[in-house]
Amino acid sequence: MTVAVEGGAVEKRLPRAPRRGPVARMKQSYDRYWYAWAMAAPVVLVLGLVVLYPLGRGIYLSLTNATSLNVGRTIGVNHIPNSYSWVGLHNYEQILSGADHEFWPHVWWTLVWTVACVALTYSLGLGLALLINRQLRGRTFYRVLLVLPWAVPTFVTMFSWRLLLADNGLVNSALSGLGLGAPGWLSDPTWQRVAAIGVNTWVGFPFMMVSLLGGMQAIPSELYEAAEMDGATPWQRFRYVTLPGLRPVSNTVILLSVIWTFNQFNVIDLMFGYGSSDSVQILVTYAYQLFFNQQPQDYANSAAYGVIILSMLIVFASVYRRWLKRNEQQVGI
Amino acid sequence: MSSVADRVTAGPGAAGPGGRPTAKAARTRGRGQRGPLASLGLHGGLALTAIVAVFPILWIAYISLGPGVDDFLHPGGIAHKASLSNYSYVLFHTDFFTWFANSMIVGAGTMFFGVLLAATAGYAVSRMRFPGHRQLMWTFLVTQMFPVSVLLVPLYNIMSQLDLLDSYQGLIIIYCSTAVPFCAFMMKGYFDTIPVEIDEAGRIDGLSPFGVFWRLIVPLARPGLAVAAFYSFLTAWGEVAYASVFMLSSDKYTLSVGIQTFVSQYNQQWNLMAAMAVLVAIPAALVFYLVQKHLVTGLTSGGTKG
Repeated sequence: MTVAVEGGAVEKRLPRAPRRGPVARMKQSYDRYWYAWAMAAPVVLVLGLVVLYPLGRGIYLSLTNATSLNVGRTIGVNHIPNSYSWVGLHNYEQILSGADHEFWPHVWWTLVWTVACVALTYSLGLGLALLINRQLRGRTFYRVLLVLPWAVPTFVTMFSWRLLLADNGLVNSALSGLGLGAPGWLSDPTWQRVAAIGVNTWVGFPFMMVSLLGGMQAIPSELYEAAEMDGATPWQRFRYVTLPGLRPVSNTVILLSVIWTFNQFNVIDLMFGYGSSDSVQILVTYAYQLFFNQQPQDYANSAAYGVIILSMLIVFASVYRRWLKRNEQQVGI
Repeated sequence: MSSVADRVTAGPGAAGPGGRPTAKAARTRGRGQRGPLASLGLHGGLALTAIVAVFPILWIAYISLGPGVDDFLHPGGIAHKASLSNYSYVLFHTDFFTWFANSMIVGAGTMFFGVLLAATAGYAVSRMRFPGHRQLMWTFLVTQMFPVSVLLVPLYNIMSQLDLLDSYQGLIIIYCSTAVPFCAFMMKGYFDTIPVEIDEAGRIDGLSPFGVFWRLIVPLARPGLAVAAFYSFLTAWGEVAYASVFMLSSDKYTLSVGIQTFVSQYNQQWNLMAAMAVLVAIPAALVFYLVQKHLVTGLTSGGTKG
């Protein structure tokens, strides 16, 4: 139902338009759409002010050698002017050619992290949604408990995980009690990565579960009844009714989840806050550290990292959307 | 045979009043019943995941009962001397209430602007096909992708030039950069669920497009507005990265920044931190639970129909 309330007549009147000049056409377009634009204007204005303008400045900064030492600032009554200079694409060359020895390792780890987290949260969420989407005693109770990791702010739960995964924390006590050794979840680079993925899966699965559950409940039960009449096994019903029915929801949650995981700041930064090894930092937290955790603060490179991250996500989202569109045309849903 | 009878009699109790229970029970029976072993597996699997899901939250609540600074190292001992002294200390001897008020101010500000601005834009995108409509929708999605670090540096510079560092206004403006497009995205999804016929009827009755929006659609969309409001509030409530850069003095800290002062490099007061964590988490979790179902509907419908 994408019927435009007012725009219905637009197509019909278009053939007459070419006779008029551009000013008249603008006026006509203004007359027809002014209230739509008026309604969208506040948001456009705000986005322009707090997103586009800073973004433009960020891109500009990434083309300079700005640090916290040469950026203009005011100390008391003294105003120190900007003294950084334009360096063109130098920062990007440095980063992309691997000259800083940080970018590519972080890219690979970020990709592994994103793929692993999304795959795990999705399968876990799907599995739990299937379990809970049945008649069963205590269903609401389970659902409340399973949503909790999403409901409690991450900055609270991350501290709890830090306690649980500490060297002499509960998890390691349990593991060594079972004779399985006590890995350094918060100190050993490899185990840090395992812990990060595990904890982020814990944080992320409720969103998947609730979304997919919503999607499942929207599938008409007639489809299942028809499949049953045709003698479909439970697996076949899942494969040919549930999964296709979930496709629109899945597409959306996977896209959102990739974006959120790629940019997941809280989990990594709060769990490994102080003295974490660089190897567990994903691109976002690494760029943040360039800005925040060193002196002088490296504005230019932090901004360049930010622009690169954003470009990667935009490319991903465009490709993904195009791929969906093509597939849908082929499958014909 | 007995298990079928059990299910049928258990049906109404489990599924609530009305005509639906019998239909549901009949369907369950038709789709083949679960044997006792499958039931055990189902409940076992769910119970296990539920325990894993809840445990870290219970654990921090448990730690918060240990009065001593080092009790978190010997959690076994807490059971014998559990007390609420950490809570009274956090409430009455720290800046908790200041931070709480700061979080409330920033959260309420974000909520107000987020919903106010997003509702009209969401409506425009949902109902009207105007030039720039597609680009606007795409912009909403792209702003979802902004990593902290893209805007952090330029915003920091801009804020320091405008003297907005360490101020509520500054942080609210920054949170709006994520909350507004997100709310617009969600509101669009919600408006899409309201039949267009309502708008058309309103137009025929002589209302202007704004009149339709204000008199007909806003009242109908109240649940959607509430969800957007709560969600933008909770985003501000739980945000860490911007808050810790932009709020410099301890009387301006939000809860997410303040809580970290208990567990810094030099200071490891896990007991106080845990108590504060519980105080912060309970209201947030309650609010979240109320809106969570609608939140997902808004998100996924906004995305699939975009």
